[in-house]
Amino acid sequence: MLEDIYTELIAEHNQAKENRRTLENPTLTERGHNPSCGDDITLEFKIEGDKIIDAAFVGQGCAISQASTDMMIELLRGKKLDDAKRLAELFLAMIKGEVTDDSELEELEDAAALKNICNMPARVKCATLAWHTFKTMTK
Amino acid sequence: MANKFLADFPILENVVYLDNSATTQKPLQVIKAVENFYKKFNANPHRGVYNLSIQATKIYEDTRRKVAKFINAKSSSEIIFTKNATESLNLVAYSFALANVQAGDEILITIAEHHSNLVIWQMVAKSKGATLKYIYLDADGNLSEKDFAEKLSSRTKIFAVTQISNVLGLINNVKKFAAKAHEVGATVIVDGAQSVPHIKVDVQDLDADFFAFSAHKMLGTMGFGVLYGKKNLLENMQPFLRGGDMIEYVEEQATTFAELPNKFEAGTQNVGGAAALSAAIDYLNSIGFAEIERIEKKLTTYAISELKKLSYIELYGCENLNNKIGIVTFNIAEVHPHDVATILDAQGVAVRAGHHCAQPLMNFLNQNATCRASFYFYNTKADVEKFLDAIKQVRKVMHIA
Ligand SMILES: Cc1ncc(COP(=O)(O)O)c(C=O)c1O
Ligand SMILES: [Zn+2]
Repeated sequence: MLEDIYTELIAEHNQAKENRRTLENPTLTERGHNPSCGDDITLEFKIEGDKIIDAAFVGQGCAISQASTDMMIELLRGKKLDDAKRLAELFLAMIKGEVTDDSELEELEDAAALKNICNMPARVKCATLAWHTFKTMTK
Repeated sequence: MANKFLADFPILENVVYLDNSATTQKPLQVIKAVENFYKKFNANPHRGVYNLSIQATKIYEDTRRKVAKFINAKSSSEIIFTKNATESLNLVAYSFALANVQAGDEILITIAEHHSNLVIWQMVAKSKGATLKYIYLDADGNLSEKDFAEKLSSRTKIFAVTQISNVLGLINNVKKFAAKAHEVGATVIVDGAQSVPHIKVDVQDLDADFFAFSAHKMLGTMGFGVLYGKKNLLENMQPFLRGGDMIEYVEEQATTFAELPNKFEAGTQNVGGAAALSAAIDYLNSIGFAEIERIEKKLTTYAISELKKLSYIELYGCENLNNKIGIVTFNIAEVHPHDVATILDAQGVAVRAGHHCAQPLMNFLNQNATCRASFYFYNTKADVEKFLDAIKQVRKVMHIA
């Protein structure tokens, strides 16, 4: 159970530094936080035309929230905005347990590793923070 | 050695429960008292002349007398039943403070307050044009006496303080602070949510003007709380909530209010909760606070000395164990408290992680969040050992070398 959540992949993304930075003149920026547990992130996206050309974040929080944010940033960088929105919906559907087919989830790349969070109700908010924040930012 | 309390707390068979500051477990005696009330005596108190209602009223009023004795109030009419400590403190803020604090006055509280003894004072200060001031802590986590002396003045109208911090577990010398606050004419409001369950409290000795606590943190049920207030203060206050049971005469345009304590108890009250608190007090009295303190001190001393051996543990308010109850607040280097709590939970150990409803204190401690293990008399050395074993797994699970 624990091993399914705190995988090495999650640990790597939690500790990764490359995406933790601020952008010069970001097109979009949005802060998201979980008041109940203190996870707090700020996303910065640079958009040209319909494409995300760079993305980064700063913040603090639990390993799940930080790893999930890092995974999302890596997944969405370089994507078309519409594709990115679709992937965010796919991720949220996965966490709700609505999409379980691994082949469908392949598109989420590393973020698919957070699938098991749906069995941990107390931590769902941590996993979805970045993705909800992205949705709000691009509304 | 088997835990002699375990038979009374079946819930403890399956979990190492170390979140007693949030709420305690309930012994069968308390659960049965609630069942007994609803099974045999359920009726609306204070309303009927029939036997059942008289019995329900007796349970309720006997509990009031028992509570008065338990905290050594002068009279049971100084004991008001509420929903919890938060409501008790709100009652004081709305019915006392809003009527007595004026523009330019000062409200003095401490940085270690729980939100329920903090947010209300922001409200009072803002609506009256008063200033809210904070007493900060010394390096060991205790209230700074120097800061208290500097901030207390003839402008101080309210001094509100917790007797024990729910994060640091340190016991404030309320008696001494109250005496100084009274010298300048301030009213002293004490949050006893963490003290009444763990140490012997004497409200007259402390000389608290108001004193609030919750039944659910001392073996009682949720949704039942107490406000103690000095009679002369309560008598001069307006009601907090208005409606049935708190009146004397009601005419079309005006109402006179009931005597104390009913003036502050509008609507049908929680008699089941009173029955539970009564049984809880009996249970605590049967053990005695000397024994409760002895058990908790032993567990706390052991836990802290073992945690100190782990270089990656940071402890808060754990230097001086002399005036401390069984609350151990800590962090594990490079691991967020929520991950710690999840990893401990997977090993059957329940601890709290987060800001513990004390965000200004977290800020003061420079922490976003912390972990907290809090003990009660029914915890055992074996519980502490399981907790420590679980702690030692955390960094491994997190893939930190
Ligand atoms: C010091 C302190 N004050 C007040 C409260 C509020 O108690 P309740 O939520 O029962 O009103 C708590 C409980 O968490 C507490 O620890
Ligand atoms: Zn989190």
